[in-house]
Formats: sequence, structure tokens, C-alpha cells
Amino acid sequence: MSTPENTPENEPQEGFVDPGLADHRPRRADVEPKANKRAERQVAALFGLSVVGTVIALWAYFTKDAGDGGDVATIQSVNMWIGLGIALAMAGIGFGAIHWAKTLMRDHEMVEERHELRSSDEAREGAIQNLKDGAEDSGIGSTGTKRRSVLKGSLITAVAIAPLAVLVPQIGNMGGDWNISKFRHTLWGPGVRLARDPDGELIKASDVTMGSVFHVIPEGLNDLDHHHKMVEKAKAVVLLVRLDPADMKPVAGREDWSFDGIIAYSKICTHVGCPVALYEQQTHHLLCPCHQSTFDVADGAKVVFGPAKRPLPQLPIAVDDEGYIVAQNDFDEPIGASYWDRLKGDGSSADVEEGSH
Amino acid sequence: MGAKVNSAAAGTANYVDERTSIGGFVKFFARKLFPDHWSFMLGEIALYAFIILLLSGVFLTAFFVPSMTEVHYEGPYETMHGVAMTEAFASTLKTSFEVPGGLLIRQIHHWSALLFVAAIMTHMCRVFFTGAFRKPRELNWLIGFSLMVLALAAGFTGYSLPDDVLSGNGLRIIDGVIKGIPLIGTYISYWLFGGEYPGVDIIPRLFTAHILIVPALILALIGLHLFLVFLHKHTQYPGGGKTHKNVVGLPLFPVYTAKAGGFFFVVFAIVALVASVFTINPVWNYGPYDPSPVSAGTQPDWYILFVDGALRLMPGWLFGLPLEWEILGYTISWNILIPSLIIPGIFFAIIALYPWIEAWATGDKGERHVLDRPRNVPVRTGIGVAMIMFYVLLVIEGSNDIVASLFHLSLNDITIFLQWAIFIIPPLSFWITKRICMGLQRKDRELVLHGHESGTIVRHENGEYIEVHTPLDEQEVWLRVNYPNHKPLEIADEFNDRGVRRKGYKWDRFKQKLSRFYYEERVEPVTWEEYQEALHHHDHGPSAQGEAEAAEAQQADAQLTNEWDKQDKAGAADK
Ligand code: HEM
Ligand code: FES
Repeated sequence: MSTPENTPENEPQEGFVDPGLADHRPRRADVEPKANKRAERQVAALFGLSVVGTVIALWAYFTKDAGDGGDVATIQSVNMWIGLGIALAMAGIGFGAIHWAKTLMRDHEMVEERHELRSSDEAREGAIQNLKDGAEDSGIGSTGTKRRSVLKGSLITAVAIAPLAVLVPQIGNMGGDWNISKFRHTLWGPGVRLARDPDGELIKASDVTMGSVFHVIPEGLNDLDHHHKMVEKAKAVVLLVRLDPADMKPVAGREDWSFDGIIAYSKICTHVGCPVALYEQQTHHLLCPCHQSTFDVADGAKVVFGPAKRPLPQLPIAVDDEGYIVAQNDFDEPIGASYWDRLKGDGSSADVEEGSH
Repeated sequence: MGAKVNSAAAGTANYVDERTSIGGFVKFFARKLFPDHWSFMLGEIALYAFIILLLSGVFLTAFFVPSMTEVHYEGPYETMHGVAMTEAFASTLKTSFEVPGGLLIRQIHHWSALLFVAAIMTHMCRVFFTGAFRKPRELNWLIGFSLMVLALAAGFTGYSLPDDVLSGNGLRIIDGVIKGIPLIGTYISYWLFGGEYPGVDIIPRLFTAHILIVPALILALIGLHLFLVFLHKHTQYPGGGKTHKNVVGLPLFPVYTAKAGGFFFVVFAIVALVASVFTINPVWNYGPYDPSPVSAGTQPDWYILFVDGALRLMPGWLFGLPLEWEILGYTISWNILIPSLIIPGIFFAIIALYPWIEAWATGDKGERHVLDRPRNVPVRTGIGVAMIMFYVLLVIEGSNDIVASLFHLSLNDITIFLQWAIFIIPPLSFWITKRICMGLQRKDRELVLHGHESGTIVRHENGEYIEVHTPLDEQEVWLRVNYPNHKPLEIADEFNDRGVRRKGYKWDRFKQKLSRFYYEERVEPVTWEEYQEALHHHDHGPSAQGEAEAAEAQQADAQLTNEWDKQDKAGAADK
């Protein structure tokens, strides 16, 4: 029967004997004809309940008025009635069948032998022989003449590289233009005005009162078609706040990037790119709701808590002749999540405003 | 009429059988035995949830438009009038508001997705803690593991389809994580999104994955999974008469056809009930995707929380040292890689490989068809609990904002607490679980040797009070003494008699160390000698009442067997 290797080593403890299956206790319905009949009636009633459920679902579908579909509560009530009907229809069948099985069908356990999964030695030998014969027929098996090994080698090579003929064009086409240096540029540039998100209304320095917060997009973003608008917005959104200049710690080299306490930072988190949207006036802290990176706006948007490592990129701003806030330039680093070559140049010189869309 | 139906059925059966020899299969399957236990239903729930997903998913495909073309909403839902959105989002609104029953089916689809993943995971825990992954079922464990991963993929791709603010933000996080992969991250992102994030390709691509690739793989693997269950025959819990060489249970037809078939309808009923009463993913409240807004306290589906939690837990700076490195001008973001790829990678690898890890420690080569009671393998049970705790801590961190507002705690305190807890609680729970298991094993020994406490106190002549113990019946004893008592592996020496180093020694040594970790400390089952001695000591025979009961049960049993025989005979006579 089983090979020695397959004998479980920890066989029953010596001395103790397996008492065999526990005694079976008959159910009520097994011995009392009355209980038996009752169970049968219960099962039939449950199936009947299912029919009621189906009727309810159909009744709700055909007669309940969803109105013109504008009122969420009405819609939800129609759906609820259909759903309750379905639930009843299913529950009736389900509980009926289970009750039937539990009360009326056999509950006296039976025993079946298991067979070891390993094939018999005979079968294994047969399998090996068949494979050998097949290999012989194909000629691969015949003792390594040179020609055959060439055949084998060429087949393996062909099969191994053939998928490239299909995969390379497919994968090659999937990445669009593969121009990953687009990450480095946003719509911001010298003189681009700051506008409110989402309506695009321009922002004057005088609108920005102490402690206020503006969600900002570049002027002209809303004129783009949907695709480009999404792509550009995903990079260009900015948060504009005004602090008491006395509270602000200066950042070397950025002394003239803000204007009278008005300061703008990229809204895209330097962790993995969620919009950083929650600003707390008292502490000057900006919180990213995704993983709670916290940035100190008064201190160069440095990370004070959470998984982000880098400060939010700052947008250098100024005020133009008409009093509107404008960008001095694009961000001086890629916005958003870090990536492998974010610090490497993209070949194009930084001040050329090309190819961002 | 019955006769007519019967002859029609026989005719059809004959027709089909002459063309397919299906008779053999039916003979093989119809009376196949399945052991009975509630915990065997968990896998069934997963299967049924998947079937419900297929049914409701096909309904949704009739109305969903997988396109990112911009439209301005014109439908009946006033709040959104004129709002620019993708067709994907607009069609989700349409399914919800303009297709009668459409909202219901969306809710059924989403609720059953949540149930599907939950059922797979609990099923996996059952298999783990009872040792059902041991030979010959290791490969089926691996298939089940793949199904779990695919379920996560199905859930995530589906969740992203409606293109609302929440799902769009989820995709953005994925994009950020992908970009963090050294060297090729940005290219993978371009490949996935068809260019720069978010582009216009991602929804159609996710749609193909969601309704074709992933479900097809799941379906194929479920087929294989169930085929192997049939081939191996189901495992059974230990007890009298149950061995590694037999299977004790009830036949597929009719008992399990009715029970399991019925159970499908029950699962469907529960999902339908929940879906009709509790709204999930009301995308009309969130609005279409826009890269700018986001609100706090919104949650991804529960099965994504562990990755989100890991991302929250990992600090960007550790004791003043950055976890994002800039080397030779290239950036490596450990603060992204560790929580989102490395930790889940290791965690899943341990799960996938576990059957082999344990087999190295036991050196057990036999087929194992009787399940373990979790207490009898304290180290495995401990590992399982530790891993669950690890997972749960990440899930808690993934909803730390909800926890914070619920219990009025500081968000940052919760994170800092969990940053320590993730290192302390899993090992601690391993240790505690192992102790509890061994305590239960000792309790089992105690019971076998001294019997149940009866609650009756008697006074001896010498004035001593003792409690009367009633001995265990033979079933109870058998359950507690008959389990594998693994001991640490013995391995051959490093050098043979001629002082030559043996090949494979290091590997053996590793297995031995592992084995010691598992089995060095153990509670051995009561031996026959110990048992005899204890019996002698107590010398209680079975009580008269016990014997009467046993006799009664036996009699009823005989009667029933008799009846079944009669019915079987009657059935045979019919044919
Ligand atoms: C394999 C397991 C599956 C899981 C875990 C799953 C999960 C999900 C989830 C969570 C959603 C979001 C629903 C929402 O709240 O709006 C979804 C949407 C969708 N699923 Fe599935 N799904 C599965 C299989 C399928 C199948 C087999 C199909 C079709 C053949 C399908 C078709 C759809 C469609 C068309 C949508 C978008 C419709 C909408 O959101 O209104 N799903 N899926
Ligand atoms: S994306 Fe902002 S903290 Fe993770």
C-alpha cells in the first residue's frame, strides 16, 4: 500500500485505540412521523416565501415610481424595495434547502477510503517510457548527434524570442511618447497670473487678507481641453496663503519669492502626490489628508511630521503692474512624488518653456 | 405524471451519456463524501460572492461606459448639472439614477466585492490554523494565495472605474508609489497611464483588466482549486474513526447539493439585504475626479487599508536621518519603497511559502488529511496570530483619522504609538499565543489524566475534602491523546568518519534550527503508561448513568441504520 516514506510517522499513540466514529443520535424527524411531516411543511413554506419575494421585487420594479431620477431618496427607496424582494426570494430558497438537508436528509456520516495521490510505480514507469518513446520518435532523444542539438537550440531560441515580436510593439505603444521629462514642467512661467480654483478668477494681492487661503490654478488652465487640463492641473495646483512676515523664517535664496507675507507652494504632496489641502491658520501647518504629512508653511514648507521627506516646492511670485499676483517662473524642481532621476536635468535648458503639452 | 418525467429524464441521460460517457463522472461525484464543519463554509462564501460579482458585474457592463471623454452632465441629478466629467463617471451616475434597480446592482456588486475579499482571507486563516496546507495540499495553498492577490487586484481595478474623486486619488497614490521604483518607475507609470498621469487611457485599460483579465484568471484558478479539493478529498477534524486514510462525511448528492446550494442563496440574500439598506460608495456625493480637491476622513475599501496604513506609518525622517536618499544625483525613496513594496512583498512571500517553511521544520513526508487543533501546534498558531496582528495594526493606522476622531485622540500620537507597536505587538502576541496554546495542551493532559471536574465535593473519612472527577469517555480521550508529537529534527554529523565535510550539511543545520524553534518546547500528549497509572489511581469505572445513555444511543442508531437500509433498498427496487 503506502510506501514507507509516506507513512505518517506520528501514528496513534501506542496503547490507545481509536474508538471509531462517535455514536449517531437520531433526529426527531427520523423517528417521529409527525415531526417529519412538520419539517416537510416548513420547507415548503420557506420555498413559498421565496415566491413572495420574487413578486415583491417585480412589483417594486413595475409599479414604484422613481420620478425623473433627480431625487436620491426616491431612487434609493425604489432600489430598496427591489433589493428586499430579491433578498426574500433568495433567502426562501436558501433556508428551505438547508432546512430540508438538516431535518430530512441523511445525517448519518459515511466512511470512504482515501487513496494515496502518488501514482503507482507501474504508472510512473509507463509515463517515463512513453516520454522516452516520444522523444525517440522526434529524434531529440537519439544520443546527441550534432545536428539534433542544433535543432533543439534553434527551437528554444525561436520560441524564447518570438513573443518579443508581439510584446515589444504592444508595450512600446502603451506609454504614449515616453517623454518623462514632462514631469519637470508645469504651466507656470514668468508672468503667468494666479487664478482661483476652480472658476479661474484672477487674484489681486489686495484680495489676500492675512490668514486667508487660496486654492490656485494658472491662468488659462480652464481653456485647455479636458485631457490636457487634467494633466496640467495635476501638476500646477498651488496653495496661496498670507502670513505675518514676522512669523516667516527666511529661506536662503528665496528672499524675493514671496510678497508681503503672501507665499505660494505646490499643492501636490512630496510623498506620493495627493493634494495637500488642509491648512491650519494658528500653527501655519499644512496637512496632507492621505498619509498625514505635515508641512510648516512659515518655515519653507518643511516636513514636521509624517512620511514625506522633502518640503513642498515653492512657486516664486510677484505682483504685476495691475496688482495681480503672477508667477516669476516655473517651479525650480519637479513637483510631487520623488522619482529616480528627478534631480537629473532633462537635456533641455531650464528656461526654455517648451513641450509641456 | 411522475413516470413520464422519469422516462423523459432517463431518455435525456441516455442521450447525453452515449455522447459524453458522463455516467462515470456522475457516479464518481454524486456520492462523494464531504466532512461537515462550519469553518468549511468560509471558502464557499468566497465562491458564492464571486458568482454574485459575475452576475451583478455583467449587469453593470450593460450601462457602464469605460471612457475618459469629457461630457457635461445633463441628467436628472440637479447638483451636478453642467459639471464637466468623464463618460465613466457620467455613466455611473446614469446607472445609479436612471436605470431602475441599477443603484441596487451597483451596491450588490460593491458589497459582494467586500465580502469576497473578507471571505477569502478568513478562509485562508482557517486553512492556516488547522494545518490544511500540509502535504498533499501545498500547491492548492499556492493557488488559493494567488486567488487572494487576484481578489485584491479585482477590487482595486473595479474601485477605480467610476472615476470619482476618491478613486482618482487612489490612482494618484498608486502612480506616486510606482514612480518611487528605482530606475524604471517613471516608465512603468507612463506605460500604465499611456503617458503622463492621469491621461485618457487608464479607465479603458483598468476596465479590460477588471472585467476580462482578472476575472478570467480567477475563474480558471477557482476551477483548478476545486478540482484539487475533489482530487485530494476534503480534510477532516480529528476524532474517533477519522484517520489520514479515510474521509468521514455526508454525500455530495443530496446532502451537500442542498446545503451548499442553499447556502449560495443565503449568501445572495444577505448581500441583497445589506445592499438595499446600506449605501456604499455614493459617488454622486464625491463628484467627478479632479486633481485638486480632497477631503479628510474618506476611506478606501477596507482591503486596501493595510498598504495605506504602512504608507502612513513610515516616517520620512528617522531620528534626524532622511529616508529618501540622493546618491550620485539619483533618488531612492525608502519612505515609499519600504511600506508599499518591500513590507507587503515580504509579508505575502511568507504567506505563499509557509507550507514549505513548516515542512522543513517538521521533516514530515506523509500525507496529512486530519486537521490539527490549533493548540497542538503552538508555534504555527503563534506565527499566524502575530501576522494577523501585524496586518490589523496596519489597517488601524490606515484609518487612524477615523480612530482619532472617534476616540478624541491626537492623530500624531496614534501614529507614533503604532510605529512602536508594529515592532512590539506582533512578537508579543506570538509569545502570548504560544503560551496559551501550551496552557490548553496542559489542560488537555490534565483532563485525560484526572477527568472532568464534576462540581461535587465529598469529604473523606480523614476529613479531607476532594472534588469528584468524572473520567472522560473514550472519544474525549482519543481527541486529546492522538496528535502528532513532533520533535526537533536530528541530523547527521557535519563530518563523516574520515573527517570529510558532508554535502548539504548547512541546509540540514538550517532546518534543524528551524525545527528547534518550532518543537524544542512542547507539551507531549499523555502516554498509555501515564494514562493507565492515572486510571489505577482513580479507579472510577464508567457510571451507571453513562452506560444507560450509551445503550440508548446505540439502540436509536441501530434503528436509524435500519431505516436507511430500507430506504436504500426501496430506492434500488425503483430502478
Ligand atoms: C472578480 C471579482 C470582482 C470584484 C472584487 C469587483 C469589484 C468591483 C468594485 C469594488 C467596483 C466599484 C463599484 C462601485 O462602487 O461603483 C466595481 C465596478 C465595476 N465592475 Fe466589478 N468586480 C469584480 C468582477 C466583475 C466582473 C466579472 C464584471 C463584469 C463582467 C465587473 C464589472 C464591473 C463594472 C462594469 C464596474 C463599473 C460600474 C460602476 O461602478 O457602476 N466586475 N467592481
Ligand atoms: S501623499 Fe501626502 S502624505 Fe502621502
